[in-house]
Amino acid sequence: MRNFAGTFTLTRFALRRDRILLPIWIALFPLLTVSSASATIALYPTEQSRVVAAGAINELPVAVALYGRIWDPTSLGALSLLKLAAMGGVMIGILAIMLVTRHVRAEEEKGRTELLGAAAVGRWAQLSAAMLVTAIAMLSIAVISGIGLTAVGLPMSGSFAFGFAWAATGMAFAAIAAITNQLTVSARAATGLAMIVLAVTYLLRALGDVGGDAGNPSALSWLSPIGWGQQVRPYAGDRFMVLVIPIIFSLLAICAAFVVQSRRDLGSGLIPDRAGRADAARSFASPLALAWRLQYPMLLGWLGAYAILSLIVGAIVNDLSNMLDTPQARQMIAALGGSQNMLDAFVAMEFSIIAFVTAAFGIVAVRRLATEESLGHTESILATSVSRTRFVMSHLSVAIIGTLVLTLVQGLAFALASASQSGTTDRVGATVAASLVYLPAIWFMTAVVIAIFGFAPRQTFVAWVFLVSFLVIAELGALLSWPQWVMNASPFAHISRLPGADLAWMPMVVLTLFSLALIIAGFIRFRHRDLETA
Amino acid sequence: MTDAIQIRGLVKTFGRTCALDGVDLTVLAGEVHGFLGPNGAGKTTTLRCLLGLLRADAGSVVVLGQDPWRDAVDLHRRMAYVPGDVSLWPNLTGGEVIDLLARLRGGLNEQRKRELIEAFDLDPTKKARAYSKGNRQKVALVAALSSDVDLLLLDEPTAGLDPLMESMFRGVIKQWTGNGRSVLLSSHILAEVEALSDRLSIIREGKIVETGTLTQMRHLRRTSVTAQLRDAPINLPPLSGVHEVVVDGHQFTCQVDAQALDQLLPVLASFGIESLLTQPPTLEQLFLQHYGQQVA
Repeated sequence: MRNFAGTFTLTRFALRRDRILLPIWIALFPLLTVSSASATIALYPTEQSRVVAAGAINELPVAVALYGRIWDPTSLGALSLLKLAAMGGVMIGILAIMLVTRHVRAEEEKGRTELLGAAAVGRWAQLSAAMLVTAIAMLSIAVISGIGLTAVGLPMSGSFAFGFAWAATGMAFAAIAAITNQLTVSARAATGLAMIVLAVTYLLRALGDVGGDAGNPSALSWLSPIGWGQQVRPYAGDRFMVLVIPIIFSLLAICAAFVVQSRRDLGSGLIPDRAGRADAARSFASPLALAWRLQYPMLLGWLGAYAILSLIVGAIVNDLSNMLDTPQARQMIAALGGSQNMLDAFVAMEFSIIAFVTAAFGIVAVRRLATEESLGHTESILATSVSRTRFVMSHLSVAIIGTLVLTLVQGLAFALASASQSGTTDRVGATVAASLVYLPAIWFMTAVVIAIFGFAPRQTFVAWVFLVSFLVIAELGALLSWPQWVMNASPFAHISRLPGADLAWMPMVVLTLFSLALIIAGFIRFRHRDLETA
Repeated sequence: MTDAIQIRGLVKTFGRTCALDGVDLTVLAGEVHGFLGPNGAGKTTTLRCLLGLLRADAGSVVVLGQDPWRDAVDLHRRMAYVPGDVSLWPNLTGGEVIDLLARLRGGLNEQRKRELIEAFDLDPTKKARAYSKGNRQKVALVAALSSDVDLLLLDEPTAGLDPLMESMFRGVIKQWTGNGRSVLLSSHILAEVEALSDRLSIIREGKIVETGTLTQMRHLRRTSVTAQLRDAPINLPPLSGVHEVVVDGHQFTCQVDAQALDQLLPVLASFGIESLLTQPPTLEQLFLQHYGQQVA
C-alpha cells in the first residue's frame, strides 16, 4: 500500500488543475449525443422508415466499416446513435489518452514528478491519480449521457448501456495510455504511440464488422476496445455483460504499467531517445524553419487523418445520400435551409462540420506562440537578431498554410473518392470549392488567437470557447430556432453552403478584412508589450 | 570610444511592484563589469531591458550606441545573451540549438564552436530534454560565444556548472574579452565577480548602491579572520586597517583590509596560532555591514 501513498491528495490536486477544462469536456460529449439523437429521431418517425434506412446501411460495406452495423433494424436509438458509437469511441479514446498523458508523462518530463516523488508520495500514486481522474470523467460522461438520452425519449436501459459503453472504451484507452506513458520519454511520443494503437483498433473493428454476418462480427472486432463498446449493443440488446471485457482489460493493463513503473528510473522510458545530429542542417537558420520544424509532425498527422477519412466518406457519399433520401429527411433539410438535392445537402453538411476541425488546427498551430513564450523559448529567439514581426509570422505561416493544405486535401480526396464511385468527374471542381469557401471563417479563428496573443498571451485558450460556441450555434441554432443575431455571431454561419447554394462573395471579403484587422492589431500590440517571462 | 552600456534613471514597474527604481549603470568598452546583487534585486529585469525584451517605463538605455527597444534587431547582431534559466526545445539536439541561435544572431564561427564544445565537454548529439541544467547552460554559452559579437550579457552563468567547468568558463571569458569587447556579468556570488571583473556595480531593491573598481571598493575586499590562539590575546595594540575586533577567551575574530594583513599576522603569531581561518566576506555580510540591511 505504501506505493499508493498520496494518491488521493494527487487526485484532488489534478482535479483542481483541470477544474475548467475537464467540466467542458464532460459537458461536450453528452451535448453531442443528445443533440445528435434529437436531430435524427425526427427523421425516422415510423418503424418502417427505420428498417429501410438500417437495412441500407447494413448492406453498404463502407458504411459498416466506418460506423459499424445496426444490430436491431427496428431500433430508433441504434439508428440515431450509429455515428457516435464508433466515432464517439475514437473521440472518447483521444480524451482519455490526453488526460492520462497530461498527468503522468508530461508531469515527469517537466520535472514536477521529481518534486512530488521527493515528498511522501508512493511510486504508483501519480499513475493511480491519473487513472482516477480519467475514471471520474468517464463515469460522469456515462451517467450524464444516459440521463440526457433518456430525457429526449430513448429507452432508459439502452441510454445507460450507450453511456457505459463509451466510458468502458475510454477506460481501456486510458489503460493503453498508462502503458505507452511508461515506454517513451516524451509526452508527445507517449500520446503518439497511444494514438497509433487507437487507429489500429479502429481498423480492426472495421475489418471485423465488415467480415462478420448479420448476427455477429468476426473475431477481429473483439480485439478492439472500440469494438467492445459497440458489442454492448445499446438499444439493440443492451448486453451489459460485455462491459466485463474492457474492465478486465483495463485492470490488467494498469497492473502492467505499475510493474514497469516499479522497475524503471524516474525520467526514463523503455524506448530510449536516439542521438541526433551534432550540427543543424544548412537551411535551419530562421524562425520560419524553427516553427515548421516544431510543427510539421502535427501537420503530417492531420493530413494523414484528413486524407483517409475524406477518402472513406467520399466513397460512400453517393450511396448514403440515396439511402437517406426519405421524404422526412428532405423536409428536415429544407427546413434547415439546405439544398433540395440530397447529395449536395450531405456534402455541404459534412464540409461545414469539418471546417470547425480545420479551424481547430489553425488555433493549435498559432497558440504555439503563447506556449513558446511561457516556456522561455521566445526570450532566446528575440535575444538574437530576429524581429518580433518575423517571429509571429513564423508560426502564423504554419497556421495559414497548414489550414489551406488541409482544406485542399480534404476537398480533393473527398471529390476524387466520390468521382471514382459515380464514374463522373463533373462534381470534382464544385466539391473542392465547397471545401475552400470555409477558409475565411477558418482564418478568422486564427486571427482571433493572434489578437488575443498580442494583448493577453496567457488567455489564448479563450479562442476555444469561441470555437465551441460557434459549433454549438451551427449544430443546434437552426434546430432550436435561435434568433438571427445569435446565428450571425458565428463567422461560419456567413459562409455559403456549397454545393447547391449560390456563392456569396461579400461575407468572405468582409470576414477576411476583419481577420486582417485582428492580425494587425495583434502584431502591433505584441511589438509594444513586454515579453512574458517565466 | 563610446561606452558599451549606458543606463540613466531606468524605472520598470510590474503592476504595483517596482522592480527597477532609477538604475544608473555604465559599462565601459572592453571591460568585464560585475553586476552584483541578491535574488530579486532587479538584475534579470535590467538585462531584459538591455535586450529590448522589456520596455523601460522611464529613463534612458543606450547599448553600443543604440536604443535596445527600437533597434533590437540590428543591435542583437552585435550582442549575445545567456539567460539564467536556459530553456531549450526538448526535441532538438544541443548542436542544432547552438547552430540555430548563432545563425539567427547573424553568423556562426564553426571553428570556435568546435573548440568550445570540446572545452566544455558537451555532447551536441543529445536531445535537449536529456540535458541537465548545467549542460543546458553550456549550450547557451557555446551559442553565445560562437558568434562574433561586441557585448555579452551573462545572467548567473555558472549557477549550474561544476567547479571544473566554472574555471574553464573563467578562462574562456578572460580570453574572449579585450579588443573593445565587453561583458556584463550578473551574479549573486562575490567571489565569481571578483575573479573576472574589472569594475562592478551593486544593485539592491532596484537601485545601484555602489559602483567602482575593486581597489576603489577596498571595503569590499576585507578578509574575515578567525584565529584560535594559545594565549588569550589581552592588551592588543590598535592596528590601522583592522576592524570589528571581537575577543572571546582564546578566540579572536576581525575584519581586515588586504594591506593590513602584514601587520596583523605577526601580532597574532606572538600569542601562538593554533588554527587560522580566513574568508572573503559573503555578499550577505557585505550588505549587513555596508547597507545596514539583512538580505532576504
